[in-house]
Amino acid sequence: MVNVGEIISRAEALFEDLNFTAARDWKKAEPGRKVIGYMPIYVPREIIHAAGMLPMGVLGGGDQLEVIHGDAYYQSYICRIPRSTVELGVSGRLDFVDGMMFPSICDVIRNLSGMWQLMFPDLYIKYFDVPQNYADEIGGNFYVNELQEVREGLEKLAGREITDDDLRRSIAVYNENRRLVQELYDQRAAKPWTVPASEVYLIVRAGMVLPVEEHSQMIQDYLGAVAGEDRPMKDNTRVVVTGLFCEQPPLNLIKSLELSGCYVVDDDCILVTRWLLEDVPSEGDPLRNLADAFLHHSAATAAKYEPDEKEKGQFLVRSVRRTRAEGVIFASPSFCDPALLDRPMLQHVLKAENIPYIAFKFAENSGQMQPIREQAGTFADSIKLWSE
Amino acid sequence: MSAATPSTSGTTRTDVAKDDSMLKQKAMMAAHFDRVTGAPEAGRKVCSTFVPGNLNELIMCFDLVNNLPEINAIQMGLRKKSGQNVLEAEKMGHSEDVCTYVKSDIGMMAKGNIAPNGKPFPDPDVLMLSYTGCFTFMKWFELLREQYNCETIMLHTPYDATGKITKNMRDYMVKQIKEEVIPKLEKVSGVKFDIDRLREHLRESAKAEDDLVKVLNSAKNKPSPIDAYFGGIYYIGPIFGAFRGTKDATDYYAMLLAEVEERVRLGLGPITPDGPMGEEKYRLVTEGPPNYTSFRDFWKMFYEDGAVVVASAYTKVGGVYDLGFRHDPDNPLETLADYCMGVYTNRSLPQRIEMLTNYINEFEADGLLINSIKSCNSFAAGELMIMREVEKRTGKPAAFVETDLVDPRYFSPSNVKNRLESYFQMVDQKRTGARTAGVAA
Repeated sequence: MVNVGEIISRAEALFEDLNFTAARDWKKAEPGRKVIGYMPIYVPREIIHAAGMLPMGVLGGGDQLEVIHGDAYYQSYICRIPRSTVELGVSGRLDFVDGMMFPSICDVIRNLSGMWQLMFPDLYIKYFDVPQNYADEIGGNFYVNELQEVREGLEKLAGREITDDDLRRSIAVYNENRRLVQELYDQRAAKPWTVPASEVYLIVRAGMVLPVEEHSQMIQDYLGAVAGEDRPMKDNTRVVVTGLFCEQPPLNLIKSLELSGCYVVDDDCILVTRWLLEDVPSEGDPLRNLADAFLHHSAATAAKYEPDEKEKGQFLVRSVRRTRAEGVIFASPSFCDPALLDRPMLQHVLKAENIPYIAFKFAENSGQMQPIREQAGTFADSIKLWSE
Repeated sequence: MSAATPSTSGTTRTDVAKDDSMLKQKAMMAAHFDRVTGAPEAGRKVCSTFVPGNLNELIMCFDLVNNLPEINAIQMGLRKKSGQNVLEAEKMGHSEDVCTYVKSDIGMMAKGNIAPNGKPFPDPDVLMLSYTGCFTFMKWFELLREQYNCETIMLHTPYDATGKITKNMRDYMVKQIKEEVIPKLEKVSGVKFDIDRLREHLRESAKAEDDLVKVLNSAKNKPSPIDAYFGGIYYIGPIFGAFRGTKDATDYYAMLLAEVEERVRLGLGPITPDGPMGEEKYRLVTEGPPNYTSFRDFWKMFYEDGAVVVASAYTKVGGVYDLGFRHDPDNPLETLADYCMGVYTNRSLPQRIEMLTNYINEFEADGLLINSIKSCNSFAAGELMIMREVEKRTGKPAAFVETDLVDPRYFSPSNVKNRLESYFQMVDQKRTGARTAGVAA
């Protein structure tokens, strides 16, 4: 049985590898294999998988990528993730990718889809529009047709049909993966000292480049391995971190939160792995099932319209209650419109519920963690000292 | 993002003699603000909505008064009050990184929500989220909903990412309009929907749209009788705002067109805030919204150097009528859907590049100038690529300046002026080079 150190080393190596060697190797292993990149927050990876392709998350360049060309594409007041993604593209690090999907999340990622069309005209490029109307016969029908368009686009690329049975099988595979990711999150919420946030992040992040079956095995191995470890409990403050759904925090930021005395018991990192909150039925019409899951059982986040005002921000309150968190940290990427515009509304909801919070901004390449550590440490201490 | 009528009242400069169309527009805007602020007294209900993709014809079918927060933010910018409003919103916890239209609006509410006519804006009875071309709108309206706690209608407009509006996209929009928007507007207003009334407004819209296109295309003349960016913002005011589909708008555009045709006949250039423009030296195409806090100063940097804008992207955020779209009374709901999906910022980057390239060629412009707005990612994200592509395709020089819509902190006059002057020199050099090459050949 592999130990925790080995699993984390492997996950960390995948995380640091800006050439996506694992995905390249997967593609090389058999002729005709194809890789489809996707950006945050959510794409239906089941359809890519059903086409026999590898869905690969492209979540920016992190803090190790030197952005040389990417800055020439963006003004200083635009967030970091598109410029590092352009860097990955123009520097050839994504030259093995056969297609890219850009989900509707914000204006920046939306416009990047057009830039990609111009930069890489021979690739399959899909702007993936999701409904902001959640009625079955309105948004649902639109979404089913969008899914069908994705299916047909990938069929063309794959040179073969994607059958309903292919889709059902892939749905089942992703159901299992979602259950395992959720188990990992539940474990962290129950005993955060046994599965530190930085490790959880690396394990989930590995799912961006590994085939889903391999990723599910990795989570199982990790959960099995940590069960045998004796990790001491600290007197940390339990926090939910929110705002991380697109541009990713540096790993050091997550470690700094832990070092400052916080246990991260929930977050919205890499939401694609937890977007659908319940199993998708693997019987019946697969596209309708995916649509139903999206409309009625998907995560709330700033990029989605909340039709019911009373529900606004309640996902955060529920997360706090469910994980027995003592406070919320708003960690938003600089210039992230959805996160930063949503923040005051979410803060009003927390205030009404007497849930303490702090806020700061970061960029994926933020290097200086001392101020964040001090802010988070003070927050954690103040909760320990003065909360009822 | 979006456009409006920059009424210049509130500025300290002496106004030049105004054309009849200018006086008419001024009166229309004054009446608009009186109508909005007087709505409760008159027993009328108010619908707040956005400029791009606004459904003015539909809203009027329910006797609702149309209030546009973007226009209000612009009015505050022109009156140099938006800076205080933005600061107020930031004090309330809104990030310095986000759209200043939103913050100007929120700050204005915190400071009593006073309209340009000095009277308080009434609370809206319904928020109509014509969600087009900009994700910020969605958050903005959630923020307004939190404030006003009234009925909110969300019309989700799919993005035209490929240059092709599919049946799925159109069906989705029509279904939303039919099954959600109209029933909710009926409920709020207590007025039953009458499709013939909608057709009538749409017919009126198309007339005004015809004349607006003729006005915009008049810039193909040399000299151009209009400035299609700074002046164009005045011209689009009625049709992008609360007047599209009204007789008032039709009359305004007929009047404007007659004036512009007369200027063409006389070989005159545009009217500027300082009077008739001098010799036309540079013909430009612009991309991006203007700065409103120093609107006149910004404009002056152009006209005092003889630069006239012959076509602009910004004046298409409320509709791309010049590309052929007209509101169609025979397909009333479908036409509203197509209108929403077709506005400039709902178009993909490749389409935007093609449009700007065509403008440069068709209007015989010297090049492209991008005014990149810190507030507006919908416009700004990708503009540097637009600049390079248009330059490559046309062989004409392009330049880039950065300002903001209504936050005066981001308007640096000397920087902007330096860049513009360098750009004009670049155009001169290019011309000299072309002439030399012509002689050598």
